[in-house]
Amino acid sequence: MALDSKVPKGPIKDKWTDYKNHIDLVNPANKRHIDVIVVGTGLAGGSAAATLAELGYNVKAFAYQDSPRRAHSIAAQGGINAAKNYQGDGDSTYRLFYDTVKGGDYRSREANVHRLAEVSANIIDQCVAQGVPFARDYGGLLDNRSFGGVLVSRTFYAKGQTGQQLLLGAYSAMNRQIARGKIEMFNRHEMLDVVKVDGKARGIIARNLITGEIERHSAHAVVIASGGYGNVYFLSTNAMGSNATAAWKIHKKGAYFANPCFTQIHPTCIPRSGDYQSKLTLMSESLRNDGRIWVPANMEDAKAIQERKLKPTEIAEEDRDYFLERRYPAFGNLVPRDVASRAAKERCDAGFGVNATGEAVFLDFASAIERYGKTQAKVQNINNPSAEKIYELGQAIVEEKYGNLFQMYEKIVDENPYETPMMIYPATHYTMGGVWVDYNLMTTVEGLYCIGEANFSDHGANRLGASALMQGLADGYFVLPYTIGDYLSDDIRTGKIPTDTKEFDEAEKEVKERIEFFINNKGTKSVDHFHKRLGKVMWDKVGMARNEKGLKEAMAEIKAIREEFWKEVNVPGSANEMNPELEKAGRVADFLELGELFAKDALVREESCGGHFREESVELDGPQKGEAKRNDKDFAFVSAWEYKGEPADAVLHKEELEFKDIELKQRSYK
Amino acid sequence: MNLTLKIWRQKDSNAKGQMVDYKVTDISEHMSFLEMMDVLNEQLVNSGEDPVAFDHDCREGICGMCSMYINGEAHGPDRGITTCQLHMRMFNDGDTITIEPFRAAAFPVIKDLVVDRMAFERIQQAGGYISVNTSGNTQDANSLPISKHAADEAMDAATCIGCGACVATCKNSSAMLFVGAKVSQYALLPQGQVEAADRVKNMVAQMDLEGFGNCTNTGACEIECPKGISLDNIARMNRELMKANIS
Repeated sequence: MALDSKVPKGPIKDKWTDYKNHIDLVNPANKRHIDVIVVGTGLAGGSAAATLAELGYNVKAFAYQDSPRRAHSIAAQGGINAAKNYQGDGDSTYRLFYDTVKGGDYRSREANVHRLAEVSANIIDQCVAQGVPFARDYGGLLDNRSFGGVLVSRTFYAKGQTGQQLLLGAYSAMNRQIARGKIEMFNRHEMLDVVKVDGKARGIIARNLITGEIERHSAHAVVIASGGYGNVYFLSTNAMGSNATAAWKIHKKGAYFANPCFTQIHPTCIPRSGDYQSKLTLMSESLRNDGRIWVPANMEDAKAIQERKLKPTEIAEEDRDYFLERRYPAFGNLVPRDVASRAAKERCDAGFGVNATGEAVFLDFASAIERYGKTQAKVQNINNPSAEKIYELGQAIVEEKYGNLFQMYEKIVDENPYETPMMIYPATHYTMGGVWVDYNLMTTVEGLYCIGEANFSDHGANRLGASALMQGLADGYFVLPYTIGDYLSDDIRTGKIPTDTKEFDEAEKEVKERIEFFINNKGTKSVDHFHKRLGKVMWDKVGMARNEKGLKEAMAEIKAIREEFWKEVNVPGSANEMNPELEKAGRVADFLELGELFAKDALVREESCGGHFREESVELDGPQKGEAKRNDKDFAFVSAWEYKGEPADAVLHKEELEFKDIELKQRSYK
Repeated sequence: MNLTLKIWRQKDSNAKGQMVDYKVTDISEHMSFLEMMDVLNEQLVNSGEDPVAFDHDCREGICGMCSMYINGEAHGPDRGITTCQLHMRMFNDGDTITIEPFRAAAFPVIKDLVVDRMAFERIQQAGGYISVNTSGNTQDANSLPISKHAADEAMDAATCIGCGACVATCKNSSAMLFVGAKVSQYALLPQGQVEAADRVKNMVAQMDLEGFGNCTNTGACEIECPKGISLDNIARMNRELMKANIS
């Protein structure tokens, strides 16, 4: 099947408006005869469910947690971008569009990104109307902060809990519709397969995680909003339950999977401390507004720090290497995430890491505290303030901005980050790749949509900070409600989709057989055992730096782990009860397939771009020496993989990317 | 360190539960409490026993899923944290640790340490929102200035993660801190004024219907709250309710 992105004709700035003016609509009286299933209730799924219900559709929403409010969007810290230009610093729809395409290293679809930038400003209006308590200045207007990879201040925030507040906004909109009966909410339910009737998505099979019961749910369209697949690495900043099962199941039923190798390794996470570690914790990118990243400039100092013979505060200013400021003077500590992560890895690989494992760099707030303290002293008319007073005043400002993050750090690491620099290291955070969708956000299966992090569309090979929340809410509040209506306008006479059909019988049978297999297998090793082994292969060979040899090895190793998993996995308990080990087994089985496709995609893409760094593809000389080298001639396409059984047999389809409104350039942050 | 764990085991909501003793060894002080539980569960799976079911997800103190009652305290012996942020450095070698589910009539046990907090959902569905459609056709966000003070206070109330520690801690199993926080967030903002009276009346009525107890101003909820939600929110809710009832 040839890929058709269905991007509307016309100038880029008019595409979305013209599109909306010409699509088919469903009249309000007919909407109540149409059912839509939404899987996942984070920012994308929650906002989509609420909006579709408001429009009049009957929505069935599914979450594996006990409440929609607990989806992992809740953990997003730093903020949400919007081209409001409230700061008057030159921001515009075009600039947000440009920054996002450039930040994504020119591997995203222009038309989608422009639409995202267009609707971004509206998101802020909407959220404020819902009562989201964004940070404000003393005049009562909304405050902004800066994020990486851009030269304007366009990020709106609510302390370090922006994701929480935005999700609670979407959740409150959902609650209003749940109370009206327009959303039927299925908490503690997990989607285990999609059901297709005559080629169209018409329902799902879900498991009630309390009783173990397998349920059939039908609808006229199915929306997948189940988030990313970062947990393929075992350790990531994702929630423990974050999984790729819904996305992978639809892939196996015909939805192409795009750019799996585009994964974001976030530069500022708390380093791992031992083998027992279950997850990694992010320290918001917003900290790079005020924190300066450094390692010792001299190897002797680095060694002494690693052996805890020297404290970071004892190293003189001139003996510190602020390597981001040194390498990228224009953007400094606010370079995009992929660039910052690789630079940290480069220093650590060279032996300058600052903890016992040598895998950490410092994030230092001392100069920010001093700077804020001096400003405050002036504001408060304190003449000749003492160093202590300046510190006290400055610390209060830093606490107001990042207090919850500092507290989180202290609880985990047991060190006070006001007194000693934080230690940070890159960790898997977000997946730009995902289910391929067209301009309508529809997958290659009719009536099957995919939104938010679960799809591939807007971030190319690298996502800029504070853009995930923007995309999730844009898809759910403002894009999908239009595009899905155009599709559903053909379904007004279809009537309720029955669930007592052979298509549902077959899908349910498949799901039940797999569960029975796990329960009866009685192997010798736990699910986590396999998940950790998969994670290690992924991190070592498909992590921040990749090469042909390693990727080939990774594919073979993942296949071997998968084969062993199906022989040796041990799932205790029974199918008809709450059984967390059974839930994990299903998810890890899917990760074991996805991981191999991921490595295959990375192998095929013989260029470095964004979060995908191939050691074979670097600039060899000139001012960009050592930086990642993109290859637009051969790789300006989206890889969309078609499922053919074994991941190694997947077939590649290419969506060629055209850049008409932005000139393809080397991404320089120097 | 080596520890003895006394854990509430209950097969399902109808079964009779009991405390069961387990031993774990070589626990690092740098582990989180839930990583210690992972070690126990790996041990149980490998010896063919049923692992302990417990709620958890983000493991960074924000989703509100984890809910253990540890040594007689919701989220255990540390302040301003959830169970997932509790670290083993708070315990000593040889300790016996008692682990129970959050206990309240309105939070029935589902299995082991997992409880049903749907009562919180229903309270929010009764009025925890502003009735504005998500059409995007609202006014420009900056056309409504809100004082920094009010915005900050609303934010403080809105940081509630809905974990239920307040209910589990309260001797009356009262949900006043939770409901007070939600009512306050909207009461402090101009957008919330239009529906303020109905909101507080409906949410409080639903809270009573769910079987939560009354507030007797003990203040234990505020101390155990992982997000430091203040008792002021309860006072504000009471004022809002009185205002709604007399107007």
